[in-house]
Amino acid sequence: MSLAIGPGQRLEDSVSDGSSHPDSSLAGDLRRATGLNVAACYQCGKCSAGCPMAAEMPLKPHQMLRLAQLDLRDELLSDPSPWLCLTCETCTARCPNEVDPARLIDGLREIVFKSGSAVAPLRLRAFHKAFLRQIRRHGRVFEVGLIVDYKRRTGALFDDVLSAPAVFRRGKLALSPSNIEGRDEVRRIFEACGQAAARKEVHS
Amino acid sequence: MSRIGVLVCHCGENIGRTVDCASVARALGDLPGVAHAADYKYMCSDPGQLLVKQAIAEKKLDGVVVAACSPRMHEKTFRRACASAGMNAFLCEMANIREHCSWIHESRGDATEKAIALARAIVEKVKRNQPLSPIRIPIERRALVIGGGIAGIQAALDIAEGGREVVLVEKEPSIGGHMSQLSETFPTLDCSQCILTPRMVEAYQHPGIKLLAYSEVESVSGYIGNFEVKVRRKARSVDETRCNGCGECQAACPNKKIPSEFEQGLGKRSAIYVPFPQAVPNIPVIDRAHCALFRGRAKGLKKDACSKCKEACGRQAVDFDQQDTFTTVKVGAVVVATGYQLYSVGKQQPSDKLKGYGEYGYGTIPDVIDGLQFERLASASGPTGGKILRPSDGKEPKKIVFLQCIGSRDPAKGIEYCSKVCCMYVAKHTMLYRHKVHDGKAYVFYMDVRAAGKGYEEFARRAVEEEGAIYLRGRVSKLERTGNAIKVHGFDTLSGRPMVIDADMVVLATAMRPQPGIEALAQKLSVSCDGHGFINEAHPKLRPVETNTAGVFVAGACQAPRDIPDSVAMASGAASKVLGLFSNEELERDPTVAVVDETGCAGCFHCERVCPYGAVERKEIKDRKGVLLKVVATVNKGVCQGCGTCQATCPSKNVELQGFTDEQIFAAISAL
Amino acid sequence: MKLGYFPGCSLHSTAKEFDLSLKAVAGPLDVELEEIHDWSCCGSSSAHATDHLLSIALAARNLSLAEQQGLSQVMAPCAACFSRLATARHEMAHDEEQAELVRPMLARPFKNAVEVQNVVALLQGLAGRIKAKATPLTGLKVACYYGCLLVRPPEVAQFDDPEDPTSMEQVVAATGATAVRWSRRLDCCGAGFSLSRVGSVVRLGRAILEDAKASGAQAVVVACPMCHSNLDLRQSAMEARRASLGLPILFLTQLVGLALKLDPASLGLERHFVSAVGVMRALAAPAPQQLPATRG
Repeated sequence: MSLAIGPGQRLEDSVSDGSSHPDSSLAGDLRRATGLNVAACYQCGKCSAGCPMAAEMPLKPHQMLRLAQLDLRDELLSDPSPWLCLTCETCTARCPNEVDPARLIDGLREIVFKSGSAVAPLRLRAFHKAFLRQIRRHGRVFEVGLIVDYKRRTGALFDDVLSAPAVFRRGKLALSPSNIEGRDEVRRIFEACGQAAARKEVHS
Repeated sequence: MSRIGVLVCHCGENIGRTVDCASVARALGDLPGVAHAADYKYMCSDPGQLLVKQAIAEKKLDGVVVAACSPRMHEKTFRRACASAGMNAFLCEMANIREHCSWIHESRGDATEKAIALARAIVEKVKRNQPLSPIRIPIERRALVIGGGIAGIQAALDIAEGGREVVLVEKEPSIGGHMSQLSETFPTLDCSQCILTPRMVEAYQHPGIKLLAYSEVESVSGYIGNFEVKVRRKARSVDETRCNGCGECQAACPNKKIPSEFEQGLGKRSAIYVPFPQAVPNIPVIDRAHCALFRGRAKGLKKDACSKCKEACGRQAVDFDQQDTFTTVKVGAVVVATGYQLYSVGKQQPSDKLKGYGEYGYGTIPDVIDGLQFERLASASGPTGGKILRPSDGKEPKKIVFLQCIGSRDPAKGIEYCSKVCCMYVAKHTMLYRHKVHDGKAYVFYMDVRAAGKGYEEFARRAVEEEGAIYLRGRVSKLERTGNAIKVHGFDTLSGRPMVIDADMVVLATAMRPQPGIEALAQKLSVSCDGHGFINEAHPKLRPVETNTAGVFVAGACQAPRDIPDSVAMASGAASKVLGLFSNEELERDPTVAVVDETGCAGCFHCERVCPYGAVERKEIKDRKGVLLKVVATVNKGVCQGCGTCQATCPSKNVELQGFTDEQIFAAISAL
Repeated sequence: MKLGYFPGCSLHSTAKEFDLSLKAVAGPLDVELEEIHDWSCCGSSSAHATDHLLSIALAARNLSLAEQQGLSQVMAPCAACFSRLATARHEMAHDEEQAELVRPMLARPFKNAVEVQNVVALLQGLAGRIKAKATPLTGLKVACYYGCLLVRPPEVAQFDDPEDPTSMEQVVAATGATAVRWSRRLDCCGAGFSLSRVGSVVRLGRAILEDAKASGAQAVVVACPMCHSNLDLRQSAMEARRASLGLPILFLTQLVGLALKLDPASLGLERHFVSAVGVMRALAAPAPQQLPATRG
């Protein structure tokens, strides 16, 4: 059963039929990723009222949760809004119904990121990838390496201020990476997390 | 050998679909001691009951088991039928083969087997039933009403008009409650005091009502029809019999800077004061915490620091040495009508569960007030003479933002329920504001407008359509103090736009909570409260004004958030229950009570400790010469609710619940 | 008092002065900092934003190292590191299913017995000692800026009131400086987008600094390296076409150091982009030689 709710949009009937089939809706994916129930959002908008990034988001936080409730998966996951969240947790701290929007938006990003979809804004994706690569390689973040990697991935002209000699002059950037002894340990953590994610995919 | 009749009901398809009722009847009919067994489509119908009566007469039955629904549904029906056929009603019992069997099983074979077992167990129990007769208790036909707000006043008046005496206890110096603070009332906009004060005077002057103002319930003992209530009459420091309410003492009091409770802190009062001009009784009280004389005495000063009120009184009514006194009243019924208080957004909260609103400055931002404060500002008798003025600088606010659901529907702050009245009074506030400040702009942040009630939706729409209030759907994230204004950071989910408004004043529609001390009072009355402290009604639909303690009734906002019409209706409902009870001289109730075998009782009083109703008393056994032989437990039949905890606890098995003796229960279990 | 020390990546690079000033004040305040041996990055926002399990595992590795080292408490001066470590501790205690996945990844036994602390809580606990040893910074008005992660989410941070914190103000009071009242001390500065979305960062930072300035503050005090680099490094961009802000951004440890009369250079005060000279002059402290800032 499905219900037309607008041009080209269909609201799939995602009401659980009480059977043990895994919930294939976006709400189900979010529950598996975060343990949270997106249906608990009663759309008061307090999250959006306090969100520092709401002004720049095409979909405000409560609207993201609404689309998740309606299972409008493609529309939500292809939107840049989840990537504009700063994870400042203001929404979660003030949410009257204890929905934890920040964690749910984390969950949306995780779902997109793991799907390898190209919707994550290029710069943000590049930044996160470059950052994690630093940890995986050195155990810590080596900023110069991060910047070079990031620049390579985005192809964008690198940010003016940070490349300025003033930063180096203040001793704020190390010129060579410091590798930790337990690099292998860290690499194994990355591998184990990758495997855990793959297992989850297979299960769902 | 017993002659038990077993009657198996199909309850239409309810039982018949999963239980083979004819097989059940056949199987039961083969049991020793069963003289008759039959099944029928609807046993509770008139023809069904006739089958029961006929069986009793024709088969000379000495016990009946009806295998049907829960005894909570139809036990009374079948016991009445048996009684009319000349059998003792308590020799009839029900086996629950619906809720306990057919509704919860799918396999017909298994369900039928289980139904047979259930019925067999009850047959074994009924074989051991004894004829019992109902207990009769005399009724003290006088009522106690706790709380003198509109609900308490209405209940008191209705009971008194019904010809029964009422004792009305109010903890504040005056009756009137929160309704006396309101300006105008929705949905008719009539003046609250204009409709309330006649009721207050009527209650005060009614010969059937004894008003104990500035008093609190100290302790309660007894049971339905026979409560004994000790009331603490707090010292007013003014002799009620002498005072004529002239007000000279208030004029003479040098300390006139005390924030007035009645004015919600927006106005001031003196240390000796009458809360408001129409107070009933119009007798002042000295606020000892603020009076210079009592503060001096507390500090140990030898000489009284002030006695200006006493000097000003022409009737020698001021009495600094007055003490709290106690009075005991005997009543047959109690109506609890203690009302509500408003949730406060402050950092300090009365329990760990409740949280304040740090995002709204914990109530420290000036000109952020609550709904009751707005009522006082709008009231012609209020601190501003009915002008809407900011508390901080006395200026007229040109932009007011109203926030609904503050505390309410906010589990993160500890309250998940809807306070029910706020949508309506906020709509009213926007109208009152518009009527007083014509160029003023009212904004309302709301989640839903809940206007279910006669004329309510029309009223709420009027605020929007005719009175220019701008309703914005969303909660506010933060209130920020910026200079003289309050920056309101909200969001309108309907337009999908952030709404930042520089307001001159913000009114918070804060949640309704029960009065402080409600749990202690509930404990005294042996009634239960929900997790928020609201008094639990006996049944949410069918027994809304009764509590789980017989003879204690509930009315108004102490049971759940209520507006005035709801509170009044509930109060009249409670009053009619009281009058119904009082229409009898004696009370008849089921004999399902515990009885102590005094010869065997060792006097350990474990039963006394475990009894949740305080029904176990101590009784001295003396010989003929009056020498004390022993002290034993005895059960007050009026108080006992038949829970059986004493029976389960007694180490020597000398207390038994009539109708549920160990012998009966063990026989039933053994038959399973 | 001995305390485990988790510097985190920024304190070894962009926020070197946080590390310097922390170590400088530790001695006079009788705090012994023992660095976690071979610590690794907490995962920061990148792990958090992309792989929850990874974010917990990376942080938990550091907690397990501290445990192995016999530490009962770890102090993470960086607010983001603090938040990640505290989240890991919280979730390892409350989400057994996830904990079972993480434990085998750690290569050493893990009892989750190490408490996580931030620098503000540490200094708040030492406020009495600071006050006793301080030469009061009388007349200095500062705005205490908490940002996001010190107090949010409250059940993880377990620190102060999430909407009305006072701990930083208590430390400031102990130094003799005055904390101004202002509104935006809990707003996010956008540091998470410092590289990837500069426009947002400038918009958010500007609103914060303008409010601090309007409230009469001469400097902003922070306890987070990201907030610091954001508000310091990008302040010139926040000023563009607007009135000059000129608000030095000081680490709380630097302010305490000044009150303890430590050499400003030992506190790394010369490393800021927005010169602290004005503050120093107001305090009649010897001004450090300011390195030339490059604007643009």
